[in-house]
Amino acid sequence: MKGTNLGEFEELVLLTIAALRAEAYSVAIVDELCNYAQRSVKLGVVHAVLNRLEEKGLVKSYLGEATKERGGKAKRFYQLTTAGKSALVRTRSMREQLYNRIPSLVWKHA
Amino acid sequence: MSRQHPSIHPDRDPQPPRWAQQFIAWYCKPQLAEDLLGDLHEYFQRNIKSKGVFRARLIYGIDAFKFLRSYTVRPPEFITLLINWIMIGSHLKTSVRNVSRNKLFSTINIVGLAIGMSVGLLLIAFMHDLRSYDAFHKNGSRIYRITSHAKFREGFSSTFASTSVKVGKLIQEKVSGVEESAIMRSDFAGDAKIHDRVVPLTGFYAEPSMLRIFSFPMVKGNVATALEKPYSIVLTETSAKKLFGTEEAFGKSLHINNLEYQVTGILKDVPFFSHIQFESLVSFSTLETRSMHDTDFLAWASVYQRNYVYLLLPENSKTADIQAQLDAICATENEADSRAAIHVTLLPLYDIMLGETLENSIRPAMPGVALWILGGLALVVILSACFNYTNLSIARSMKRFREVGLRKVIGAGRSQVRQQFLTEAVIVSLGALLLSFGMFLVLRPQVISIAPELLNMVKLEITIPMVLAFIAFAIAVGIVAGILPAILFANVSAMQALKDVSSIPVFRGLNFRRSLVVVQYTLTLIFITSTFIGYVQYKDILAFDLGFTTENILNIELQGNQPEVLINKLNALPEVTGVSQSKIVTSVGNAWGGFVKYKDLNDSTLVFSNIIDEHYLPLHQYQLLAGQNFVTRPATKAATSEIIVNEKTLRLFNIANGDPQLAIGEELWFSSRLERKKLTIVGVIKDFHYGKLNEDIKPVAFTYLTPDTYLRPDKMDGLLNVRLATSDPMETMARIQEVWKSVDPVHPFAGRFYQEDIEEAYNELSVMIKVIGFLSFLAISIASLGLFGMVVYTTQTRLKEMSIRKVLGATTGSMVFILSRGFAVLLVISAVIALPLTYLFFQKVVLIKFPFHEPIGAGELVGGLLAVLAIALIMIGSQTIKAARTNPAEILKSE
Repeated sequence: MKGTNLGEFEELVLLTIAALRAEAYSVAIVDELCNYAQRSVKLGVVHAVLNRLEEKGLVKSYLGEATKERGGKAKRFYQLTTAGKSALVRTRSMREQLYNRIPSLVWKHA
Repeated sequence: MSRQHPSIHPDRDPQPPRWAQQFIAWYCKPQLAEDLLGDLHEYFQRNIKSKGVFRARLIYGIDAFKFLRSYTVRPPEFITLLINWIMIGSHLKTSVRNVSRNKLFSTINIVGLAIGMSVGLLLIAFMHDLRSYDAFHKNGSRIYRITSHAKFREGFSSTFASTSVKVGKLIQEKVSGVEESAIMRSDFAGDAKIHDRVVPLTGFYAEPSMLRIFSFPMVKGNVATALEKPYSIVLTETSAKKLFGTEEAFGKSLHINNLEYQVTGILKDVPFFSHIQFESLVSFSTLETRSMHDTDFLAWASVYQRNYVYLLLPENSKTADIQAQLDAICATENEADSRAAIHVTLLPLYDIMLGETLENSIRPAMPGVALWILGGLALVVILSACFNYTNLSIARSMKRFREVGLRKVIGAGRSQVRQQFLTEAVIVSLGALLLSFGMFLVLRPQVISIAPELLNMVKLEITIPMVLAFIAFAIAVGIVAGILPAILFANVSAMQALKDVSSIPVFRGLNFRRSLVVVQYTLTLIFITSTFIGYVQYKDILAFDLGFTTENILNIELQGNQPEVLINKLNALPEVTGVSQSKIVTSVGNAWGGFVKYKDLNDSTLVFSNIIDEHYLPLHQYQLLAGQNFVTRPATKAATSEIIVNEKTLRLFNIANGDPQLAIGEELWFSSRLERKKLTIVGVIKDFHYGKLNEDIKPVAFTYLTPDTYLRPDKMDGLLNVRLATSDPMETMARIQEVWKSVDPVHPFAGRFYQEDIEEAYNELSVMIKVIGFLSFLAISIASLGLFGMVVYTTQTRLKEMSIRKVLGATTGSMVFILSRGFAVLLVISAVIALPLTYLFFQKVVLIKFPFHEPIGAGELVGGLLAVLAIALIMIGSQTIKAARTNPAEILKSE
């Protein structure tokens, strides 16, 4: 089933990568998630997810330049692959189909 | 600008911990490591601002471990494994070659390490045995015993392994959160009668829950009910055989001390490594029905009776909860009973054998402190052996720098050189393990026989975990011995090593080596001098004039027999010059006492006593200062009216201003467990040592032993003191034993010479001396081996120099002097450090506990030094003389 389904957190990370575009590297992703998802996100978790997404072929990465605040180490930037983009689109359309099937009555009573 | 702002100085910037960075780089896949380290660094910088440097570094360190996950860890690469394997093979090969090339040095190293390690092996085996105590109980980790800390109204306090029955009962009634509890009592003893045979039997009174708490498997009988009814007895397989022979014992009845018991169960024999040892268990209800009216039995303060309470706590329970409830009980009960303030605590089962020594212990425990001291001493000996290895390896380093240099040129890294030298050391130590295992087997019986207690405490049998521990220990020793040479060689630069060996600063190593020799010899001298001083002091203590004579006096335990027949039969023997009776043997640590009141009736003070007959004082040659021996010979306890006291008692109560003559005729109130009455002083004896020599002179009062003492229901177990005048003690003992058998065929003869009792009383000292003596023997052997190696090496390297000196006209004597001067100086330095240290240690720490000791003599202080010096000089001398006598032409022509 690898590569076919997206977990909730995986989806969030993919979206963040897409949103950050050229600035998508691990620490920035963590910060962005903290801001928008309003929950404390650990670097370790994001790291593991990025690694998994890359294994699934949904993102690709390249090393950037070394900087001083990183102790002379390079950033690893992530980008969505075509497979990644289509996975996002697929998830979104699936959700919308499900949303559309809910009669509007339900929302009123809630 | 000459001054830089500190914060932009690159070195001043706070950095994440280096070890954590290296750790990540080591375990992490290289492609992940780069950005992971970068990310962590970025967080580190943020944390410095928000949380400070210290916490930032801490978090970094923790994160280094957090990222140790399946996706980050690099798989072991086949090639590194292969290289490691090949390198280990190569290290092994070069090590074996190197070991076998230098036979003399390898032998010295192996033998030295083996001697040191044999101590380690003994200690490991010892620890192994002590730790295996009570391990067979399934619920062992949840079992606790009650310890009683008692402070008696009379002023003395003590900690008991035992407790009172009432404590046990109160726990059963009031304490919640206890799964099971059992009261036991260890004083069941009697003569069992089966058919016509009489066999003595001992055991515990125990509640039925005892069999549920402990795992003593039952062969026959019902675990739940076997100990329920009064007069039920459960036997072990061995005791069943002892009592009934081949007959089936289960379900039979037997008479013990004329009471009928039913055998309701047979247990498997109690394992050796159990702190509870028994032949039989008798239902606790037996004791309860009998002691219903005994106020002592039921009293809160009777913790000195041999009652033991064991608790089984439920899993995951907190001892603190139980302890709080116990504290509450103690508080209420101590209010009600003013005889003693008792505080009870829980002692885990596994701490019983390794804990502190408690009074009334079922089996003598091995105090943790003693183990630490032993461990420390053993460590010193082992380290000394390691020093030898380090020393000789470094001394011979010149020869191996070339090899190391070449290795480095070919591409060996530091770690590989280090590995090589460590491998070599470990191979030597494993070789030493074989030898020391042989020594272990030889030493084992000797060590066990050092102290009679050890015989009953440990077996030192070899088990698989023990062998594994031995091997691990050998490897550890190898690493400790080899680490310094390994580091030294690993740090040598290839250039230096190949270009000019003499440019390497080994002179720093020379001082280091010298100080190792000094440390080694200092420790050796401390050991041997302690042995000498201890031995002389011990002999002085044994020969100490106690104030009466103990020579040729045999003390025989009556074991419940009537004394008259025995006394008559013994007096009929020609070798026996006198027989007296007494309650206890004094001066060996036993005590019996009573409370004495003089005119001031409110002032009752503990006075030590012994109950004796009229022959006791003359037989032991006590010196009467005034008055006389017991005058009247009352037949009953009630009719006694006389007491004999020592000077200290007079001084204590200020009787007649301490004047013995005037004290005669004064009256005292004397109360003990057996009596309470007014007695008249008829005699005053000179002060003597009632206690052991580490105690002060005590107030003592002798009361008269009447024939009816042995007729009372609570039979007193007394002694006969038999004075012998014989040229053939073996023959005499045999005849006395014959007499015993004719009177009491059931119980084995139990008689010992007074001097033997005294020796046993100071047994701890003798054990200590034997242990230190043994260690000092090993330490001398090791130090001598090491010194020998050094001397051989030094003379070898200076052979050419010596030859030239000889050609130029130096005498043998002057050459020996030149060669041995350096070593002699080291020995003198060691002596200057060791002797005053030992002297002060004994004077200020050890002998302070013995107020009556003899001063330390010069002989024992210097004796050890002379012995060590003699051995060292023989070794130095033999080698240097050999070197000095070599024909210089032989040496010089080969160039």
